[in-house]
Amino acid sequence: MTAIDASQTGRRRARRSRPLRGLAVAACLAVAPPTAAWAQTELLNVSYDPTRELYKDINAAFAAEWKAKTGETITVRASHGGSGSQARTVIDGIPADVVTLGIPSDIDAIARISKKVSADWREKLPNQALPYTSTVVFLVRKGNPKGVKDWGDLVKPDVKVITPNPKTSAGGRWNFLAAWGYAYEKEGKNADKANAFVGQLYGQVPVLDTGARGSTVTFAQRGLGDVLPTWENEAYLVFDEFGRDKFDVVVPPVSIYAEPPVALVEANVDKKGTRKAAEAYLQFLYSDTAQALFAKHHYRPSRREAAKPEDLALLPEVKLFRIEDLQGNWDDIQKKNFDNGGLFDQLSKAGR
Amino acid sequence: MAEPPLRPRRRFRQPSVIPGFGLTFGYTLTVLSLIVLLPLAALVLRASQLGFAGIWEVATDSRVASALRVSFGISLLAALVASVFGFIVAWVLTRYDFPGRRIVDAVVDLPFALPTAVAGIALAALYAPNGLVGAQLAKLGIEAAYTPLGIFIAMVFIGLPFAVRTVQPLIVEIDKEIEEASATLGAGRWHTLVKVVLPPLIPAVLTGFALAFARGVGEYGSIIFIAGNLPYVSEIAPLLIVIKLSEFDYGGACAIATIMLGISFVTLLAINLIQAWSRRRFGYV
Amino acid sequence: MSSLAVRAPGPSRPTSQPAPRTASVVTEGGFVRWLLIAVAIGFLALFLVLPLVTVFVQAFAKGWAAYLAAFTEADAHSAIRLTLIAAAIAVPFNLVFGVAAAWAIAKFEFKGKNLLVTLIDLPFSVSPVVSGLIYVLVFGAQGLIGPWLIERDVQIIFAIPGIVLATIFVTFPFVARQLIPLMQEQGTAEEEAALTLGASGWHAFRTVTLPNIRWGLLYSVLLCNARAMGEFGAVSVVSGHIRGLTNTLPLHVEILYNEYNFVAAFAVASLLAGLALVTLVIKSVLEWRYSADIAAGARRH
Repeated sequence: MTAIDASQTGRRRARRSRPLRGLAVAACLAVAPPTAAWAQTELLNVSYDPTRELYKDINAAFAAEWKAKTGETITVRASHGGSGSQARTVIDGIPADVVTLGIPSDIDAIARISKKVSADWREKLPNQALPYTSTVVFLVRKGNPKGVKDWGDLVKPDVKVITPNPKTSAGGRWNFLAAWGYAYEKEGKNADKANAFVGQLYGQVPVLDTGARGSTVTFAQRGLGDVLPTWENEAYLVFDEFGRDKFDVVVPPVSIYAEPPVALVEANVDKKGTRKAAEAYLQFLYSDTAQALFAKHHYRPSRREAAKPEDLALLPEVKLFRIEDLQGNWDDIQKKNFDNGGLFDQLSKAGR
Repeated sequence: MAEPPLRPRRRFRQPSVIPGFGLTFGYTLTVLSLIVLLPLAALVLRASQLGFAGIWEVATDSRVASALRVSFGISLLAALVASVFGFIVAWVLTRYDFPGRRIVDAVVDLPFALPTAVAGIALAALYAPNGLVGAQLAKLGIEAAYTPLGIFIAMVFIGLPFAVRTVQPLIVEIDKEIEEASATLGAGRWHTLVKVVLPPLIPAVLTGFALAFARGVGEYGSIIFIAGNLPYVSEIAPLLIVIKLSEFDYGGACAIATIMLGISFVTLLAINLIQAWSRRRFGYV
Repeated sequence: MSSLAVRAPGPSRPTSQPAPRTASVVTEGGFVRWLLIAVAIGFLALFLVLPLVTVFVQAFAKGWAAYLAAFTEADAHSAIRLTLIAAAIAVPFNLVFGVAAAWAIAKFEFKGKNLLVTLIDLPFSVSPVVSGLIYVLVFGAQGLIGPWLIERDVQIIFAIPGIVLATIFVTFPFVARQLIPLMQEQGTAEEEAALTLGASGWHAFRTVTLPNIRWGLLYSVLLCNARAMGEFGAVSVVSGHIRGLTNTLPLHVEILYNEYNFVAAFAVASLLAGLALVTLVIKSVLEWRYSADIAAGARRH
């Protein structure tokens, strides 16, 4: 442990002089503990914004199970942020073992640009690499004063909608696609009319935060807007954090099948020698323990039988559509809607 | 540099008995290159891969252009307001005596010492419609947080110390005899201020303005919490860099960054020119 | 005198002899005077003091227990530690650089000096986001030398070195900018005298130069430290936000804020605000007591 040696010599020297050396000693001492901590196995899960509370529980449960099975101590560290910027950090070299992002196109981007995730990542894990799914519901102010029941109500003239920027936020993209899909089905599969509907909706957005979390703070804490279309899990979390007496959740009759997938970052685990633990972690996400935790945090578990009935009762039956059925594969979905010059750019240009 | 023919050949450095030039100059240059110049060169290199046409295309893209407009327009306005009020603050602090003057003097540097993220969440809490100030503004029908006005408030906040501190030392040094002379010759106080006191302060006011402007254009931490981040309305250029990055559009991000870097250079140059002009005109900076 | 380009707000000049209160031709009428004072104080109260007060009000919104709870978390401890590490490396680094640069620039005449000073100033006017981005471009896995380094298990960005580098960058000009005018003002006569008397260069620096600049040095280190601990934008780009590993205090504030834990967010923010206040107090004391030693930046008649 060179850090400790250095700090000891540093301490000897510091005795005979100068505040500056004292600072150096402080730095060495401060560096020492994390150096020691690296000795045990550590996994890094790079995830998206709303899963902070979820993965706190999951990581603790996994560490306990790993300890029981192998006797080894494992620490799973987490990093959270907008799904797109999180994918960017993986591409730029953050040593992530697994990625658990908000939308498939972000993991596709990692596979395409950095090749650190294998191209067929969706086939490597059960249920298309989706340990859980979710959908988009509406959070409204108590008593639903604007009478928001369905997607069509979002474009009523006096309704202000708070949603994150689809360029940076996965939740923002699901909201965008959900609104589009609703209008597309309603207008007899007319894409132009669907585009117009989405354009009208984003015309009523006063604040475009960079992440789902920012939008929730704007809506719930800062009191802006009338409706917050958001991840189902996020809506219920607001209940827990801000109190049920201030908000209502409105479940629209039809919404999107939101797919937040997971993948192994192959290049990183092979380099770090953590493949075994990382694969076990991803498998663990499909275990009864994890599936029950997903339901507890208001995600829709892929194996419903593992979840507690009272948790499942809070996840109502909604008619869910898959965006791939309407718009083709994910490369096209991403390109058509969100890439530079895509639908979102065209709409915000037209709507200014 | 053009050299006068009669003088002996000029050397890079004028001789001196003081030692350590090689060591300190070499160290300075090495560290400067490693920490500042090479990484900035990497940025310009990356942007140059787009070619000039490519950068131009990014800059004129309507969304980028409007983000640059928001950043520059609002920070110009904020620097203007900071300069006006900064001048009043500097004047009051140097010319008048009142209880608590020293505390007020110390408070001026607050935005400089306070982390920008802390300022950001505090401003957001204060100016949101349910915040202390925001609620009062809402009664008047003014929305502050999440609008360009919010960006403006944050930029005034961070720019103010620059505006005050560049003017303050010059006000201290104004020779009061000149003011007295002006008054003796029959000029009113207002006339004396405008014609005698203000002109020599103009370069300092301009420098403070430019510094506040430069800080405002680049500011990120305090603004993202209070700006609405709406494309074409309240999206600032640094945020657009972050957005471009999360779209994996490195070229675009670097192009915007290079444009901003270029403008930083121009601002620095402008400050230097103001000071050179001031040296010629007034004999000091 | 070199160009005084972008710089930290300099120390306020000694203002110990304010204008006498008696009416005089060189001041404004009583009404105008009090109006201006009211405008100045009102403006500062609204724009500067109110946000600061807000931080503390929000931090204590739910009482002491909730306030203290914010600091019991392991993530908060590691954020504090990382912030201290970054500052403990960045500040001495910039101290050494600042003294060396000021020595070369203030004590010697050479060509291109103005350009050099402007380049040292540059980090001040570069957007924090750009400051972070440039290190991603160099050390990222898609960057210039990042792939080579990562190949050899050297992780710069998304780890402590990247955070330290970004911190050094944003605080780069602080010490140098403060010392250059100060040392220029003092000239070289004293050092030359010491050298003539047979002192070595190092000895002359320690016994002559250092005592002359010590208060200016302390002053600049103080501001450098405040900025180093508070930097957000640049660090945010290179951090990777790994909990317990690469989150600094300002990033921790953002995380808590995004977890709807507003009391804790403002509690941690109040720690940083407290640091800012301490900085201002020490700075003011330094200015009052040693203003002449610090504020050589502007010219004297």
